Amino acid sequence: MFSRAYKAAITLPPLLWVAVFLLVPYALLLCYSFWTVSPAQTIIHHWNLGNYRELLRVHVYFETLLRSMWIAARVMLFALLLGYPLAYYLSFHAGARKDLLYQLVIIPLWVSYLVRAYAWKTILGSDGVLNTLLQYVHLTRHPVEFLLYSPFAVVLTLTHIYTPFAFLPIYASLEHIPRNLVEASHDLGASPLQTFWRVILPLSIPGVLAGATFAFVLSLGDFLAPLLLGGPSGIMISNIVVSLFGAAYNWPLGAAISLCMLLLVVGLLFLSERLEKKWSYS
Amino acid sequence: MNSPATDARAAAAILLSIRQVAKSFGKLPVLRAISLHVDEGEFLTILGESGSGKTTLLRLIAGFEHADSGEIWMAGERLDPLPPYRRRVNTVFQSYALFPHLSVRDNVAYGLRVQKVAASDVEKRVDEALAMVKMTAFAASKPAKISGGQQQRVALARALVNRPRLLLLDEPLSALDANLRRQMQLELKSLQREVGISFVFVTHDQEEAMVMSDRIALLRNGSLEQVASPRDIYSRPATSYAAQFIGHTNLLRGRAEHGRARCHGLEFPTTAASGPAIFSLRPEHIRLADSAAGNDAVRFCASILTQSFHGATDLLQVECAEGLKLTVRVPSHGPLTGQHNFEFSAAHAIPVRDSEERT
Amino acid sequence: MSAPARNPRWLALYAAVVFAFLYLPIVVLIVYSFNGGGVGGFPPHDFTINWYRMLLGDGSMWDSVLNSLMVACAAMAISLLLGIPAALALDRASFPGKTAFRRLVLLPLILPGIITGLSLLMLFVGMGLHLSLLTITLGHGTALISVATTDIFAGLQKLDRAQEEASLDLGANYWQTFWHITLPNLRLPIIGAALLIFTLSMDEIAVSFFLIGRDNTLPLEIWSRLRRGMTPEINAISAVIFVFSLVGIVLWYRLRTRAQGQPELGSELLETAAAATEL
Repeated sequence: MFSRAYKAAITLPPLLWVAVFLLVPYALLLCYSFWTVSPAQTIIHHWNLGNYRELLRVHVYFETLLRSMWIAARVMLFALLLGYPLAYYLSFHAGARKDLLYQLVIIPLWVSYLVRAYAWKTILGSDGVLNTLLQYVHLTRHPVEFLLYSPFAVVLTLTHIYTPFAFLPIYASLEHIPRNLVEASHDLGASPLQTFWRVILPLSIPGVLAGATFAFVLSLGDFLAPLLLGGPSGIMISNIVVSLFGAAYNWPLGAAISLCMLLLVVGLLFLSERLEKKWSYS
Repeated sequence: MNSPATDARAAAAILLSIRQVAKSFGKLPVLRAISLHVDEGEFLTILGESGSGKTTLLRLIAGFEHADSGEIWMAGERLDPLPPYRRRVNTVFQSYALFPHLSVRDNVAYGLRVQKVAASDVEKRVDEALAMVKMTAFAASKPAKISGGQQQRVALARALVNRPRLLLLDEPLSALDANLRRQMQLELKSLQREVGISFVFVTHDQEEAMVMSDRIALLRNGSLEQVASPRDIYSRPATSYAAQFIGHTNLLRGRAEHGRARCHGLEFPTTAASGPAIFSLRPEHIRLADSAAGNDAVRFCASILTQSFHGATDLLQVECAEGLKLTVRVPSHGPLTGQHNFEFSAAHAIPVRDSEERT
Repeated sequence: MSAPARNPRWLALYAAVVFAFLYLPIVVLIVYSFNGGGVGGFPPHDFTINWYRMLLGDGSMWDSVLNSLMVACAAMAISLLLGIPAALALDRASFPGKTAFRRLVLLPLILPGIITGLSLLMLFVGMGLHLSLLTITLGHGTALISVATTDIFAGLQKLDRAQEEASLDLGANYWQTFWHITLPNLRLPIIGAALLIFTLSMDEIAVSFFLIGRDNTLPLEIWSRLRRGMTPEINAISAVIFVFSLVGIVLWYRLRTRAQGQPELGSELLETAAAATEL
């Protein structure tokens, strides 16, 4: 049905590019994870499971992964707590200003991540805006230490960054709920609260799942916020990978960790997709 | 002017009273000071074209819109300050609005559950409601899995199970194909008789309105043209719009003077007041003149332009001497051509108000 | 719209708080870019535009801006030139490995950027390629193909197939149909995708981190300054970036409103995000 030249022209270039620049690199990642590094800082192409054994043996990797997941879980929770009511307000109560407010939520997404993380750094430091403000109004006498260089700062910053990401799919799913369902619910005697609980919330679950997945997965793999604001107690798994590719030169180990992260993320996405399908009614 | 049926209804109690209700959307007036009442146990149809305001009126009664002025009373209490979930009124939506995440049974049970009816009662009443609409077999299905006609029944059951005082139906049959539609019209009518509560039915289909209603409220551009039983509206339309909207008619424009009407070269006695007048003459009231002169029918001669076959009757387009074109409905003939004599009784030329005056 | 519920007051307040949270850091940043007393400290004092003056004279910063612009434009080109055929292929053609291709293309969107970055690093090292702006461009282009593919795919789905069939019926071949009918109808999704890719590339750090050579992109330049210490000059450049982002999004909004009357609520971000979780 298609001219073969046309079909070749539209499939081959992307396929080739993706094969060279995505498939091969990820395959290399897989390979590296089975190799080791010699004391002389060269890569030994000797296939073994040494890296994986190391991951299981040395506690710090697993602990850091757990801490990263715990940080990601908190970010996910807060992003949902902030994003859902916002999306609900926009979808059901904003009326004529819905569009403008939507743009206002999107704008921070377009502003550089680095800029926003840096902003929090200036706010949370011991000489930062928040601390000096608190001292200025005599609420505290000394700088509050845990604000910066702590998991708290990382969670706060990542929540700030990823709340709009959580907002987007929730908003989309809320918008998809036909308004006459809300009217029908009222018509049948349900108050607005009952309507929310019995109709709106169940129908918005796919959006919530998608938003939660975004917030969790993107936070899990984040390396910038912990680097800028995390301090020693806020290191996340990506920072370990970055250092293994930098000063702590051990590409194979870094590749092994990366592969584990990749599998974890892909697994989470599949799970999320399954759950979304189960809860989808359109 | 009243038929026996209308007299009987006057004796019935008034359930819903709409008093001088007006509504505009922005600068656009949609309802202009409407007053209407709904009797206990009656099937009232609000009939109108799109844009006539009929859906807005229904939504005002349901509580989804608020009137700009006027009041709505039900059973002696003011209805309009109440939100929809406090009114003893239920709606069957045009798109059915079934909850996609709930089964048929849960959909029907929804209103009872949010009103905190006891669980055993809920099950009993849901079973009754499903049996009434013949959907018992589908109780566990989700709305996506059943057909449009079945969804409509579920929507009906879901509304009726709450035993509302008034049921509102917003063009519920418009999405069904013609045969199913006809079947559902009769079923709805008998259901209403059986349940005994008042139905307010909104449609743009005048045939549907005539089949189902005890009374029809004809709405045009936000105002009521006429409120009467189907037979009354048909045989005694109040305005030219009513005459044309319900059934087919010929509109004759002319003048009346001291009991005689003159239009398009025709002359006949009339009850219309002197002055310019419009008459509605239904096609079935014009017949081929039989040669026996002597009855006091109004006679004219016309040539046949077209003839179309409609089964039991033929519809003829004829043109008279003065250029007047008329539609005539006669029992089926063989082919008819050329000039013929036609006649009608003067009593069938009903004087109507000109609808053009009110916009 | 249904009759207003009784709760919107506290809900509106909550929404306002969330908005404040989203914009607070940006506002602080801008305010302190005029602060003579430095990056922190409350209250701000000594209003000055010195930091902006410093910024103007900062040669290496502007070099990095130029680098970023070049990379962003090149990445835009690569992503679109590959993303458009990819979207067409996914929408219309069937070929072996189609599902695998679709998932592979979407991976960089949802995986941590560093994984894509270091995988590409391994490739370039293996190829013997020196790290430079070229490697960064290749990295950005690859990572962002999925953005182009997703948005254009969504645009193709909304296309009226009958138009193309009419074109074929009237005697045009596939190339002509594509050029005269399909492409003009895809104008909006393409521009939207281009804007998004451009913005993402300008801000990209994770992939670039591993592929940087001697020349810095803007984010990496800011990053290296940060490690030396925080000065309000960084606030100044951040404020400038914010203003540009604002202009960008207003432009995008105008574009869609003008073309469609009412901008669709499914923005490119949304479609890209939705596709990413579908994998």
